[in-house]
Amino acid sequence: MDYSKILAGKAKQIKPSGIRKFFDLAGTMEGCISLGVGEPDFKTPWMVRDAGIKSLERGKTWYTSNAGLAEMRREAANYLARRFDLHYDPETEMLVTVGGSEAIDLALRAVLEPGDEVIIPEPCYVSYAPLTQLVGGVAVPLPLKAENGFRLTAQELREKITPRTKIVVLPFPCNPTGAVMRERHLAEIANVLQDTDILVMTDEIYAELTYGPRRHVSIASMPGMKERTVYINGFSKAYAMTGWRLGYVCAPQPLMQVMTKIHQYAIMCAPTTSQYAGIVALRDGDEAIEGMRDEYDMRRKFLTSNLNRMGLTCFEPEGAFYVFPSIQKTGLSSEEFCEKLLMAKKVAVVPGTAFGASGEGFVRISYSYSVAHLSEALGRIEEFLKELSHE
Amino acid sequence: MERILKILEDNARLPLEDIAAMADKTPQEVAAAIDEYAKAGVIKGYKTLIDWDKTDETRVRAIIELKVSPKKDRGFDEIASTIALFPEVDSVMLMSGGYDLGLIMTGASFQEIALFVALRLSPLDDVLSTATHFVLRTYKRDGVMYADESKDERGYNFL
Repeated sequence: MDYSKILAGKAKQIKPSGIRKFFDLAGTMEGCISLGVGEPDFKTPWMVRDAGIKSLERGKTWYTSNAGLAEMRREAANYLARRFDLHYDPETEMLVTVGGSEAIDLALRAVLEPGDEVIIPEPCYVSYAPLTQLVGGVAVPLPLKAENGFRLTAQELREKITPRTKIVVLPFPCNPTGAVMRERHLAEIANVLQDTDILVMTDEIYAELTYGPRRHVSIASMPGMKERTVYINGFSKAYAMTGWRLGYVCAPQPLMQVMTKIHQYAIMCAPTTSQYAGIVALRDGDEAIEGMRDEYDMRRKFLTSNLNRMGLTCFEPEGAFYVFPSIQKTGLSSEEFCEKLLMAKKVAVVPGTAFGASGEGFVRISYSYSVAHLSEALGRIEEFLKELSHE
Repeated sequence: MERILKILEDNARLPLEDIAAMADKTPQEVAAAIDEYAKAGVIKGYKTLIDWDKTDETRVRAIIELKVSPKKDRGFDEIASTIALFPEVDSVMLMSGGYDLGLIMTGASFQEIALFVALRLSPLDDVLSTATHFVLRTYKRDGVMYADESKDERGYNFL
C-alpha cells in the first residue's frame, strides 16, 4: 500500500511540530519539571463536576440538538451580556462546539475559498494557520513586536490587508505572550475594518484571565463590529474544563447557519454531559473564576518579578497564564535555549518560535503550576543562567 | 493585606521579595505587616507539615471527645484552658453536637495516649466522660495530601 498516494496533499503539507519530539522526551524524563503545559492546574469547580455527574445519573446520555442545549445557549447569552456587554440571540446566533478549537475550524471552513487570505498575528496559538491551509486558504503571518507589548496595531494591520484578505484573527488575551488588547487598541483595529468585508475571528478563550483593574473588552462589543465578527469562547481556561471539550461560537445569523450545517455533519453535537456541566458553570461559576484568577495573578507577579531579577526580561503579561521572557541576552536561539535547559536542568519551557517566527528570542513559561513548583523551576533556571554565563 | 496572610498560609518559607511581588507591596511593607500581624496575634507561628509515617519515628495521634460540666460564670473556658496547658495536647476546641470539647493529641504510642486520658484527663473534676479515637492513617492534613499524593496527570500538550 502506497500511503503517500492516499494521504491528502493539503494534510501532508501541514508542517509537523518541530519540537514535538523534544517534548515527548521531556515527558519521559525522570525528575523533569515542566513549565510547558497550556492548561489550568485547577480542577473543574465541584458544583460543575457534580452537574455533569448528575446528568449521567439521570441518564441524560442522548444527543442534544445540533446547536446545543437551548438552556446552555441561553445561559451563555446571559453570561456574555453580564460579563462582556455582548448581546447575542441564543436561538439564531450561537452554537455550542467541541471546545474553542472546533469553533475556529468551523469559522474558517464556513468562509474561506481557496486563495483567500487570513491575517494571523504571531506569536499566537498554533491552530489558525494549519486549519486555514487545510481549506486552501493562505495564512498571512503578521509578526507582532515586543516593543508594542505584542499588541496588534492599526498600521501593522493595514500593511497586511490585500484584496484577498477575508479574515483577521484576533487572538487576545494571547497565548503565548499574555498580551491583551484594551478598548483603545481595539477601537483602532475596528476603525481599519469598518466599511470592509473583512471578518474578524476573535478567539477570546482567555477572556476571563485578564489581570488588573480593567476588565476584558471584546471587539464584538464595539460599534459596528458585531456584524463582522465571529466570537469564540469556551470553558477550558476560565473554568478549568479542558478535558470536557466545550466551547461556543457566536456570529451573525447567515454565518451561523453555515457553521451549524458543517457542525451538524462533522460533529453532530458537543458532548451532552459537558453541556449540562457548562450550564452550571455559566450560571454559578463567577466566584470560582475570581478565585482562580486571583491565584494566577499572584503567580504571574511571582514569575515576572523573579525572571526580571535573573535578567530574563519580560514585559508584564496582562492576560492568559503565560509569561514570555526574552532570552536574547544568552545569545542562544529559542530552541537552543529550551533544549539546553531541558538537558542541563530538566526544566521544560516552550520556544517562542513554536508560536510563529516572530517568537524567536523568547520562550513561553506557563504559570498553571503551584508556587512551590514554579519556585523549584526558577531555581534551576537561575543555576542554568549562571552556568551559561561562565561557559 | 490579607493577601499576605494567604500567601504565608500556603508557604511560610517564601522570601519577603517574592511575597512583596505577589502582593504588590515592597519587601519593607511586607516585613512591617508581618510584624504587625504577629504582634496582634493574627499570626500565631510557623510550623512544618511533616508526614511522620514516612520517618523511623513512631507518632500516634488521637482525637478525644470530652463531655464536661460547664462552670456557672466561665462556661467551658475554665476547663478548656486547664486542658490546653497539658503539653501533650495539640489542640483544644469547643464543639457543637454530641460532646463539648474536642482534643487532638500526639504521643509516642497508643498506650501513652490511653494512659494520659486515664490518668490525667479523666480524673479532672469537670470531666464527665471521654472517648478516644486513634488516627490510623492520615490522608490529608491542613490542606495537604498525605496519602495518594496528587500527580500532575495533565497531558504533555504544551500548546
